[in-house]
Amino acid sequence: MNILEHEHVLLQGLAANDKKAVETIYRENYLTIQSFIVKNNGYPDDAKDIFQEAMIVLYEKASSGTFELTCQIKTYLYSVCRRLWLKRLQQMQRFNPSAESIDEVIPVEEELDVHEKRNADLMVMENAMNKIGEPCKSILEAYYLQKKTMPEIAQFFGYTNADNAKTQKYKCLVRLKKIFFAQYKNGE
Amino acid sequence: MDENLLLDAIERYKNGEMTAQEKTFFEEMRKNNPDVDQVAVEHTFFLNELERLGKRKSYQNTLREVESNLVNEGIIAKKQSKGTAKIAYLWNRYKKTVAVAACIAALVSISTATILSTYSDKKQSIGLTPLVADKLNKLENKVDQIENKLDNAAVGITPKPKFAANFRATGFLIDGRGFIATNAHVINKARNLIVENKRGDQFIAIPVYVNKSTDLAILKVTDTSFKKINMPYSIPRASAELGEQIFTLGYPKEEVVYGEGYLSAKSGYSGDTTSYQISISVNPGNSGGPVINRNGEVIGIISGKETNADGVVFAIKSKSIYKALEEIKTSESIKLPTVATIKGLERVQQIKKIEDCVFMVKGN
Repeated sequence: MNILEHEHVLLQGLAANDKKAVETIYRENYLTIQSFIVKNNGYPDDAKDIFQEAMIVLYEKASSGTFELTCQIKTYLYSVCRRLWLKRLQQMQRFNPSAESIDEVIPVEEELDVHEKRNADLMVMENAMNKIGEPCKSILEAYYLQKKTMPEIAQFFGYTNADNAKTQKYKCLVRLKKIFFAQYKNGE
Repeated sequence: MDENLLLDAIERYKNGEMTAQEKTFFEEMRKNNPDVDQVAVEHTFFLNELERLGKRKSYQNTLREVESNLVNEGIIAKKQSKGTAKIAYLWNRYKKTVAVAACIAALVSISTATILSTYSDKKQSIGLTPLVADKLNKLENKVDQIENKLDNAAVGITPKPKFAANFRATGFLIDGRGFIATNAHVINKARNLIVENKRGDQFIAIPVYVNKSTDLAILKVTDTSFKKINMPYSIPRASAELGEQIFTLGYPKEEVVYGEGYLSAKSGYSGDTTSYQISISVNPGNSGGPVINRNGEVIGIISGKETNADGVVFAIKSKSIYKALEEIKTSESIKLPTVATIKGLERVQQIKKIEDCVFMVKGN
């Protein structure tokens, strides 16, 4: 398998939330990123944060379906991490490092803007989720996030049959939707 | 069609669970009925967002799992690093000592501040305590010394002006370009003023507005190293409501402190209509801190508390800021933020954003 095929397989794995693929990417790239961040006034803990964020960016790209890798994963992750870290340093107004890169970097600014917007959108949904209260939150999470079936949910939450659980789920969904759109429209 | 059934249908359509016949019927219905189509578009979008959240969460779980596995394996090591990070490590280790010392210092200064109340204007009365941490004591000076030593160790990385302050209070940005609101009694006798953010960066500031009767002061940061900050909260002109949940951030110690309470009366000390009475736990040093409601609106500025009663605190109404701006508009053009970007966020997220805009006000 050449490098390109290897990376292609990894990305497919990533999109499918495959633990092996995630682990491989971690093993192949994490230390490079850590040493970059530590060299530029960060701690290993910062590196963990930044790397996770970059992995999410990569995941979003890989699972969007339209992603074509124009460079190696290594280069991509390095570029994203570098950008994220410089931005974070700036926000903290911590001394601006001379992070003139000797390694290869590709421009990722626009992608990170998209990523930030995406994060904000998800935050709206998560907030709405936190606001609907129990048992609604758990029921919706069980159905939509953990993909449990209605009979399973009925049993777990103690409904006598799946239809009753479904009615409850419907009510919860309508409530969530209301809160979500109220906030979503507000945010724009 | 019942909405219940419609939503169900949309979901099944989206997941490809419909038979060919059902599908045609459903598509036909959407085509002929714009309302149904609208609901379908909206609901599909909503479901997609929900699904995305689910996927993101389980992916994050995977990330965390993998990370902790690798930490256990020692691949991701928590090793001591070299180079610049070493100084950073040193700073970090010292910071804890500094924080502990500062805690003790703040505890002591509460008592000194209540005794050494040097508050003197028309609002002065035995029953009112200004919340300035006066006379930072010897211990705190020692903390400063440690900090200074540390600065010397980290020369070229965090240059910090040496500043021997003898009081400390709170202030917050009302304009991201460096205008800070605080109390008039805070800066009353100060010759030099600096403001300090939570990271310890200090900036020189000058008062551009002081009104002893409302107890409001506005400072302008004159340091060129100050960078414009995007404002997360808004400052409303309207009055706040009785019973509103509120919170504040302030510097009763050398570290930002969060406090929570509610609006208990629409007038302040002995019927003063320019301020609110709020119920919140504050300490010397909280003076000048923002009083923020759940929507991220700054409704007031903490100014003092009743000495003999616990939790009876007064806050200047935000309206006063508008009045102040009116008075100084010829010399300074200040634009107050009118949109709260933190509205609807979780409290923890709100605080993270607000923290950057709350400053320690120090002077001598």
